[in-house]
Amino acid sequence: MINVIGFVLLLVVGYLFGKYFEKRHYKSIIKREEQFNQLPAIATKYPPQDQVYQQQLVSGGVVIASDYFKSFVAGLINVFGGRVTPFESMLDRGRREAILRMKQNAQAHNANYVFNVKLETSRIATGRLGAIEVLAYGTAMIPAINPISAEQDQPSATPGA
Amino acid sequence: MLISNLEILPNHRIVRHLGLVQGSSVRSKHVGRDIMASLKNIFGGELLGYTELLQESREEATERLLAQAQKIGANAVLNVRYSTSSIAAGAAEIFVYGTAVEIVADD
Repeated sequence: MINVIGFVLLLVVGYLFGKYFEKRHYKSIIKREEQFNQLPAIATKYPPQDQVYQQQLVSGGVVIASDYFKSFVAGLINVFGGRVTPFESMLDRGRREAILRMKQNAQAHNANYVFNVKLETSRIATGRLGAIEVLAYGTAMIPAINPISAEQDQPSATPGA
Repeated sequence: MLISNLEILPNHRIVRHLGLVQGSSVRSKHVGRDIMASLKNIFGGELLGYTELLQESREEATERLLAQAQKIGANAVLNVRYSTSSIAAGAAEIFVYGTAVEIVADD
């Protein structure tokens, strides 16, 4: 009996908190995505030739855990098959957040674009339940004001700094 | 040392290819963090401790990559790729690799 109560309690707590955190996260993602509209992340590997750019590797990463309710529903869906929507939104959040953090790093370097953006997802095992890690990285193209002086003081490579 | 995940550097010439260089780092957090993380698994949301951990690992792996590149006389590493794999509960490996080259600026 106590087991059942504990289980239901975990489900309810997971549902309420999980939903609240997700809503809040999406709100902040949408807000920041608008802010970073001026800094496009592009998946092409050929750099722009319109002016002289310095290159700098930038990255952004995030680890997101699923909540108890999501894990339970995903387990249920697993029995019948079909779209595992609870995890889809979690992955979407992770990817968008990682891209935003990468752009934030790029902006700190006064970059115009981020080229050759790569996204990578991996499962981080935390005991029984799951969490995912998303990493976004790319090359920030920083316009060099003076090409000669830019050549002399190459940026020290600190990706993700 | 220039590090980039592009294959082309505008206004530069690659004068020498020095082969593949790599760096890796396996890290784990202390048990307290793991317990906090499993609690967080009830509520959902970001695991800040792990985000930090992986960030540190990535920096360390990149440093090792750069050290290796420096040793063989490169001044740039191009086409850099990252990969993460979870090895055991609470430990993750970050692997970074790229091509070490020697570049000179075009006049």
